[in-house]
Amino acid sequence: MKNIKTDLSIVLSGEAGQGIQTLDRLLMKMFKFSGRHVFSFSEFMSRIRGGNNSTEIRVSSKRADSFLDRIDVFVPFGHGAMARFHERITGDTVIIGDPAFIDDRYRGGGYTVVEIPLSEIAKEIGGKTFLNLVVMGLFAGLFGINEEGVQGQIRAQFSRVAADVIEKNIEALRKGIEAGREIARSGNIKNLPEASPDAMKELLINGAETITLGGIAGGCNFVSSYPMSPSTDVLVNFAKYSEDFDIIVEQAEDEISAVNMAIASWYAGGRAMVTTSGGGFALMTEGLSLAGAIESPLVIHVGQRPGPATGMPTRTEQGDLLFAIYAGHGEFPRIIYAPGNYSQGFDLTRKAFHMADKYQVPVILLTDQYFLDSYGTVPGMEIDNSMSENIITETYSGYRRYQVTESGVSPRGIPGYGNGIVCLDSDEHDEGGYITEDFAVRVVQVNKRMRKLQSMGPDSIPPDLYGPDDFLCLIVSWGSTLNGILEAIKASGRSDIALLHYSQVYPLHGDTEKYLKKARFTAIVENNYTSQFGSLIRMHTGFEFDRKILKYNGMPFSVEELAEEFKKFA
Amino acid sequence: MSSVFDFERPPDMAWCPGCGNYDIIKAVRSALDDLNISRDRIVMVSGIGQAAKTPQYVNASFFNGLHGRSLPAATAIKASNPGLTVVVESGDGCTYGEGGNHFLAALRRNPDITNLVHDNMVYGLTKGQASPTSRKGFKTPVQITGVFLEPFNPVAVAVAMNASFVARAFSGDIEKTKEIIKKAITHRGYSLVDILHPCVSFNRVNNFSWYKSNTYYLDDAYDPSNRSEALKKSVEMEKLPLGVIYTNSNNKTFEENLAPYKKNDAPLYLRKLDAGKLMRIIEANLK
Repeated sequence: MKNIKTDLSIVLSGEAGQGIQTLDRLLMKMFKFSGRHVFSFSEFMSRIRGGNNSTEIRVSSKRADSFLDRIDVFVPFGHGAMARFHERITGDTVIIGDPAFIDDRYRGGGYTVVEIPLSEIAKEIGGKTFLNLVVMGLFAGLFGINEEGVQGQIRAQFSRVAADVIEKNIEALRKGIEAGREIARSGNIKNLPEASPDAMKELLINGAETITLGGIAGGCNFVSSYPMSPSTDVLVNFAKYSEDFDIIVEQAEDEISAVNMAIASWYAGGRAMVTTSGGGFALMTEGLSLAGAIESPLVIHVGQRPGPATGMPTRTEQGDLLFAIYAGHGEFPRIIYAPGNYSQGFDLTRKAFHMADKYQVPVILLTDQYFLDSYGTVPGMEIDNSMSENIITETYSGYRRYQVTESGVSPRGIPGYGNGIVCLDSDEHDEGGYITEDFAVRVVQVNKRMRKLQSMGPDSIPPDLYGPDDFLCLIVSWGSTLNGILEAIKASGRSDIALLHYSQVYPLHGDTEKYLKKARFTAIVENNYTSQFGSLIRMHTGFEFDRKILKYNGMPFSVEELAEEFKKFA
Repeated sequence: MSSVFDFERPPDMAWCPGCGNYDIIKAVRSALDDLNISRDRIVMVSGIGQAAKTPQYVNASFFNGLHGRSLPAATAIKASNPGLTVVVESGDGCTYGEGGNHFLAALRRNPDITNLVHDNMVYGLTKGQASPTSRKGFKTPVQITGVFLEPFNPVAVAVAMNASFVARAFSGDIEKTKEIIKKAITHRGYSLVDILHPCVSFNRVNNFSWYKSNTYYLDDAYDPSNRSEALKKSVEMEKLPLGVIYTNSNNKTFEENLAPYKKNDAPLYLRKLDAGKLMRIIEANLK
């Protein structure tokens, strides 16, 4: 017997190539249309066929957008689909599926098992390709979702498919709905999350899309990249929108080419971005240093995955923070953002273009597989032209690209706009861009570049404090751990805990010390082994955290494991 | 003769007296003058090395980036503003060694840029090691028993890749080199000019007289559009043919294939985000 009320967690598990991702998308859309908040996290093996992939979908009446250990409904899609989940399948889990896919150990009592001959139903309709539609119908029936609406969704989704195939899909859906209604009648699952009208109006988006759309909103019109998990979706999305928004999207021969292209595009008046992961970013570091030397704007998206080297290509980690801060030889200013939720993903990517242009510095967006591959909803997006305009100057005879200014920022000309010339060199250069070995000129140019660190101050994004102002315990985190920590604080029942979350991780905001000194107990939460952000804070403030909560097995933190940790806070 | 690309005050040049680079820069400047290219519409792009300093000595806009990376940079500059004339100048080490992968990619992409490779078969700036085009047996402080690697043949590779324009020149003949450069710049598509030149400090083998006696000009009857003839010419290694070896105007340029320019010619900096359209597409796709 299951009494869910506000929040249902469904896990679908099967082999790569079975279309679990497609089903995930169909269900997310269906639940959102029905007025539920949705969130899904996909985890998959680095292979095209076989293995075991899964997706966790949370359906709720209030926003619930982080990874849970708890599984309320488990649907296996093949033999061996349950093995990796044994520890998370409990007596409270309802197992729904084909008898052939349910492991024997769950049949002996103590588990709620609902056997439905899914494969047989699909076969009767025309083959196992219809299995996903049967399962979709099953959830529509279980939740009592309007059948016509769901049919409409299928007809729209498969509009380019032959008419007889669509009809078979509808038939599969109907059979599923019947089975779902039967489960609802049986009383095995009661009080499912109710609809709330605000969820229907929200946008369904994943992390990768927030980066692409934020980039477009920032005026991005040039993307050069080499495919690398988990960042490839950002490149694919840009390609998808390239015709609509006049974006040059080029798959470069390697990451070295990609970053040099992006820098040169800015030089010639483009607004360019690269998207990569740790290994590709490693290849880009000489280019990053070039951007520092020639004071080029540049936006780099690094979707982190566990390293070192190839590491775990499809898994998640926050292991490249210090690498991003120190990547590239020589000294030059940079900005690093790490979005914690979808709204920040969009806003910070958009802002990255503006800041890169305004201060002529590289801006790095640090995300990770958990952020990029998760789907959720956002109320809406702020779009205007304020962050997409070029900050360039018309050149004139005698124009000097590296004119020394108080702020350190020189008016940026581009070749072909005005009758001056724009000269830049990776060698140390004078104000005109010509090579120099004059020590005095060197010092003037270094000082000019580094002065931008001070000039950038007012645009620095302060950390966000979530929770009571009079907190006793303070958790510090950055990037994708935001939602999970917030939900875990609630689950811990502790009202004396606040979270200080950083979406700009570098330069470290000056308020940091003030917050930390106020707390009786401090903890830092990071998806890495060495607590890299903790190290950065110690380096800048000397502050040492009382507790470090670290995870580096390739999976994100679950709400439950964080809540357990938070309960123990002194 | 003075050029619009001369400086009021001559720059302090880092080349050795007698270097072939002086002849190449003369040919480049006068080619640009002959073609009436405006100073504010051209960008010189280079990597690192002695040849890569050329843009410093031409009074025009330049992007002097990283070793080996001049071609990605030049490709992106042309793609971002197709109205610019883009000329890449770098050496054999930078273009064929460090930048080898980019050379192959440039042949495939076919951007409308001109690639002048100063090829002296040796590394000059690092003081005399073998380059990808060094001949077998060439001794250096690193290749102490002589180069035993097969020399890279950029001309043959370019013809094999069905490149748009492939030529070889010799710096000792400024007038003929200038004419080849003019053809390369006016050609639509990627143009490679491998310019042989002596290194007076570090290559005592392939010197001025060696080039004189080991090269010859293709005659007027030679048809550069004939690919199989061009392939034959490109693998001649005993006496190196000079002139335009291969042209192929069948392929679209890189820029012509890009989304923005299918609609109009406006460079990227003149385009604006259509915020309303973005809002509409987000609503339509994500609701």
